[in-house]
Amino acid sequence: LKVINCCVWDPSGEIFELKAELNSDKKEKKKEAVKKVIASMTVGKDVSALFPDVVNCMQTDNLELKKLVYLYLMNYAKSQPDMAIMAVNTFVKDCEDPNPLIRALAVRTMGCIRVDKITEYLCEPLRKCLKDEDPYVRKTAAVCVAKLHDINAQLVEDQGFLDTLKDLISDSNPMVVANAVAALSEIAESHPNSNLLDLNPQTINKLLTALNECTEWGQIFILDCLANYMPCDDRESQSICERVTPRLSHANSAVVLSAVKVLMKFMEMLPKDLDYYGTLLKKLAPPLVTLLSAEAELQYVALRNINLIVQKRPEILKHEMKVFFVKYNDPIYVKLEKLDIMIRLASQANIAQVLAELKEYATEVDVDFVRKAVRAIGRCAIKVEQSAERCVSTLLDLIQTKVNYVVQEAIVVIKDIFRKYPNKYESVIATLCENLDSLDEPEARAAMIWIVGEYAERIDNADELLESFLEGFHDESAQVQLQLLTAIVKLFLKKPTETQELVQQVLSLATQDSDNPDLRDRGYIYWRLLSTDPVAAKEVVLAEKPLISEETDLIEPTLLEELICHIGTLASVYHKPPSAFVEGSRGVQHKRLPARMGAGLGVAPAAMPASLGGAPAVGGGLGDLFDLGGGVGMPTGSYVAPKTVWLLAIKAKGLEISGTFARRGGIIQMDLSLTNKAMSVMTDFAVQFNRNSFGLAPAGPMQVLTPLSPNQTIDVSLPLSMSGPVMKMEPLNNLQVAVKNNIDVFYFSCQYPLSLLFVEDGRFYRQVFLATWKDIPNDSEAQFQIKDIHLNSDVASNKLQGSNIFTIAKRTVEGQDMLYQSIKLTNGIWVLAEMRIQTGNPNYTKTNGFRDCMQKQMYDSTSVVRFSSK
Amino acid sequence: MIGGLFIYNHKGEVLISRVYRDDIGRNAVDAFRVNVIHARQQVRSPVTNIARTSFFHIKRSNIWLAAVTKQNVNAAMVFEFLYKMCDVMSAYFGKISEENIKNNFVLIYELLDEILDFGYPQNSETGALKTFITQQGIKGQPQTKEEQSQITSQVTGQIGWRREGIKYRRNELFLDVLESVNLLMSPQGQVLSAHVSGRVVMKSYLSGMPECKFGMNDKIVIDKQGKGGTTDDPGKSGKQSIAIDDCTFHQCVRLSKFDSERSISFIPPDGEYELMRYRTTKDIILPFRVIPLVREVGRTKLEVKVVIKSNFKPSLLAQKIEVRIPTPLNTSGVQVICMKGKAKYKASENAIVWKIKRMAGMKESQISAEIELLPTNDKKKWARPPISMNFEVPFAPSGLKVRYLKVFESKLNYSDHDVIKWVRYIGRSGIYETRC
Repeated sequence: LKVINCCVWDPSGEIFELKAELNSDKKEKKKEAVKKVIASMTVGKDVSALFPDVVNCMQTDNLELKKLVYLYLMNYAKSQPDMAIMAVNTFVKDCEDPNPLIRALAVRTMGCIRVDKITEYLCEPLRKCLKDEDPYVRKTAAVCVAKLHDINAQLVEDQGFLDTLKDLISDSNPMVVANAVAALSEIAESHPNSNLLDLNPQTINKLLTALNECTEWGQIFILDCLANYMPCDDRESQSICERVTPRLSHANSAVVLSAVKVLMKFMEMLPKDLDYYGTLLKKLAPPLVTLLSAEAELQYVALRNINLIVQKRPEILKHEMKVFFVKYNDPIYVKLEKLDIMIRLASQANIAQVLAELKEYATEVDVDFVRKAVRAIGRCAIKVEQSAERCVSTLLDLIQTKVNYVVQEAIVVIKDIFRKYPNKYESVIATLCENLDSLDEPEARAAMIWIVGEYAERIDNADELLESFLEGFHDESAQVQLQLLTAIVKLFLKKPTETQELVQQVLSLATQDSDNPDLRDRGYIYWRLLSTDPVAAKEVVLAEKPLISEETDLIEPTLLEELICHIGTLASVYHKPPSAFVEGSRGVQHKRLPARMGAGLGVAPAAMPASLGGAPAVGGGLGDLFDLGGGVGMPTGSYVAPKTVWLLAIKAKGLEISGTFARRGGIIQMDLSLTNKAMSVMTDFAVQFNRNSFGLAPAGPMQVLTPLSPNQTIDVSLPLSMSGPVMKMEPLNNLQVAVKNNIDVFYFSCQYPLSLLFVEDGRFYRQVFLATWKDIPNDSEAQFQIKDIHLNSDVASNKLQGSNIFTIAKRTVEGQDMLYQSIKLTNGIWVLAEMRIQTGNPNYTKTNGFRDCMQKQMYDSTSVVRFSSK
Repeated sequence: MIGGLFIYNHKGEVLISRVYRDDIGRNAVDAFRVNVIHARQQVRSPVTNIARTSFFHIKRSNIWLAAVTKQNVNAAMVFEFLYKMCDVMSAYFGKISEENIKNNFVLIYELLDEILDFGYPQNSETGALKTFITQQGIKGQPQTKEEQSQITSQVTGQIGWRREGIKYRRNELFLDVLESVNLLMSPQGQVLSAHVSGRVVMKSYLSGMPECKFGMNDKIVIDKQGKGGTTDDPGKSGKQSIAIDDCTFHQCVRLSKFDSERSISFIPPDGEYELMRYRTTKDIILPFRVIPLVREVGRTKLEVKVVIKSNFKPSLLAQKIEVRIPTPLNTSGVQVICMKGKAKYKASENAIVWKIKRMAGMKESQISAEIELLPTNDKKKWARPPISMNFEVPFAPSGLKVRYLKVFESKLNYSDHDVIKWVRYIGRSGIYETRC
């Protein structure tokens, strides 16, 4: 039979036959032949040899046949560019056809033929079609511009098609507008700097009008484009939101999600106390819930997006827990996502319901889902303290089922519960120990070993248990080996007499017989510690551990912001920025949420008060913290000095840098303005700091994502961390910076205000304050007078609190207000201050003292420098 | 945007392949087959990324549809498009099956060329498409200039879903309120979650370009009218109205008008279409209550007793009632006794299926079964899937009532009174489960 099959399918014979049929005189036969050709093409057979014969069929008035030939052309033109030219004439002719459907078909197909020679001929017909009287032709031509741009961007620019496309945004037909918007958005993506999509209130208004009238797909294009617009103030942003909200009732989920994106983004700009803000929040919940009654695949997209929305604005869906309950027949991908959101929404109010559900899920079939459910129970315990006990008992019930993977997951999460609530649930250890033998996954084994080591003093046979693991030491994974090493050392420190031999054994296994450098190093450190100073060893190994935080797998805030700008798209499904999965220049642009109006950034004072002018200009002085320029009654917030020029263009081959520092929400930021005053484009920016007094270092690379063209200025906000190397600088707040670009490396130094380093938890306990105040030796005390500040003590204290200077106590003595204040620096130094304010006298006297347990000497000069500037 | 669109049969053979963008190569077709269709595991995500190419896939019976892209596309739009594409294909040739796709591949290519341009979805309303994409060859081609421009203006126009010049001798419309009521109940009879998702489906056979206005007992509207000063007793109107959590509308409904006035006005498409979808969670009438009792008698026997109670007016009849009681995998035999209907143990589905043709309101019925089990050494306990139910009732479990549907056509001489209107309510079970 096989042989016969081979004979029947003779490729050359088939092609030959088709050739004959294509050249037949009968129209019907011709059409059938072309159909056969397309069928072969679909299956992947090579029918390119028939090119001239198929193209010959193009000259026909039969629209169906014409479409088939076009389909063939689109597929093979690239491999036979010379022959494709044969088709040009017909295309050009068809673009003049009286039938608009044929005109559109020709221009649509021509754009799909990616042959350079053809594109030349395309320009004239395209120009005509863009101005065609029929909207159907215009909307097709609009997309064709994007096609042409993809083949030859320069040609499109030279021919002025971009301007024509921009004009189409004002077209009378909504579908033409929508397609023009889609095409422009796509082209703009590959030209990040061009001002192609010149969005201004007028164009936005046109788009919003078209939004009401075009197809569902057109609405998506327009909404996605709107999301890139930055309204100039909160009023504009509100009016756009008002016109977008009706879209939330559209039957098409993509329209709804794109509308949600626009609203989530523009909402950022609305003041929170605005009534409309609350209304909007309420309007967002129902459509999001409705998305969950769509088909499973769309539910998945919706859930991935809701996961982001819940992290950004938990208040929207906080009452909607029930809709995320898993249904028995949900596909597994929907189940897993729902579970994730359930944990995020879990709170004291709904925890009982959630736990009952999770327990139910833990008995389901799918292993991944069950594991996640068990883990979720543990996370609930950590998140909602009141539920911890119930969670632990649920986990114990699950352990009793003896289902292997359930037990292992449960043990991993119980370890975390122990760390969150030490000395509370240790009574369950006995039950855990019973399941020691069934653990075969490294993570579970490591967790169990950790528990045994940590609570060795409560487990009578801890040494036996650990010894049993030691037998197969070399077969264990690195994670288990490390944990075992630490656990046995802990055990030894707790019960030194009985376990000397065991610790010897593990140390030699770790240091002598292992290839893993981490393990060897850790082994040696323990060995050295134990042999030189057992007391120190105890302090190190058995030190108190920091508590683990409540939310573990939150998306990092800057990424979250970016993903919110991509709601509805693939990025929001993958939870990755587009640059992580899109090749080339597209998607490299990072999107940001707009900043809220009127909050956070204080208004910079126009001029420094004269009295401060005399002080050395070390960053911002104490006077600055009062934010004099902002006037009384401004919202409090950390003071931000105006930008000053740090690097002159003449010293840096045309690059001018000015900047300032700010502390926003506990994060230190360096705000830079980079200006290109040279003639050529600058790219590849990077920044580095020299060692400095407080270990300031960039927390990430500088995000200058687009080339800086001549005369352009880019504002960059660089988050800083305090984890860099430390070296004392003179003056103390001096910072040496190196900035690199494609031309050279440039150096400059700047000085940051010390208020940058004042942390949010700098409030001293009142009692301790008094005691400490007395203990401060005279030589670490300093006194300053601040003049010309017309603020009463309450306002002053409020303003200072904005900069993390906390008023601990206040008393009034002889008409003078005395404020007692505390400040904590990022490196743990405390500064205590007493401020005397004479009512009616604009001069303040401030006495400062500081207290620091460890390194007083080294930082003695800190306070001196810090306050000599006042 | 969408870079390419492929349709496969269940074996992974390509039935349709249309590439819109240059960045999608022929190997993408094979990558999907190897990594998704032929993968051993069930689908873990409807979006799969293979070698920096993203595949969006849905399945209709045993046909796979996959949209491919290398860009950061609007994911919700791609899925909506795939569903729409299925709708369009069904509207042209019925069920989406391998045979139908093979027989209509020329048509499908023609449709794909029209509704997706360079990966951007274009007008995909079947009403509009059918005016110029036909399967009748030359005869079906529009000949006159007027016809042609009528088509293009409909495809691109504001009212893309309806053509001008429709005429009926008898103006008639049918409204179906179709609801599916969903329930998850605990073994103790506590409602864990319940909601109704409803659809208003309209079949309109109206002449001209009629302007329609649809009204229902929406609480917000009724309350507003109550405030307007009518003598209506507020307590009474409160009972008759229902709180709608959320609703979505067909493209034809003027959303901004709904947003501002909460009135539903539109020019309907011709023929059958879905006017709106809605969701309610408050004051749902649960047509049936299931009371399960499962007792394990030793290791090899289970006793199951299930009572169902109907909870609606005695004069109404529920139909097509089916109760599905799951049985453990190691079931060796089942004995069933039921008072009404027929019950059967279906080994292949691991369930006892109990069917009752009709049941009036305020009645109850009972089934009891003895399940014998094979002894196993499987440590994991039986997961006890919930008992599920199917039924159909002739009322709307949400309590929704159609108040009016007014038709205005100023240019033609027929008025609202001349239109014959039919309204029907059908409540069906969605996922109606009781844990046991």
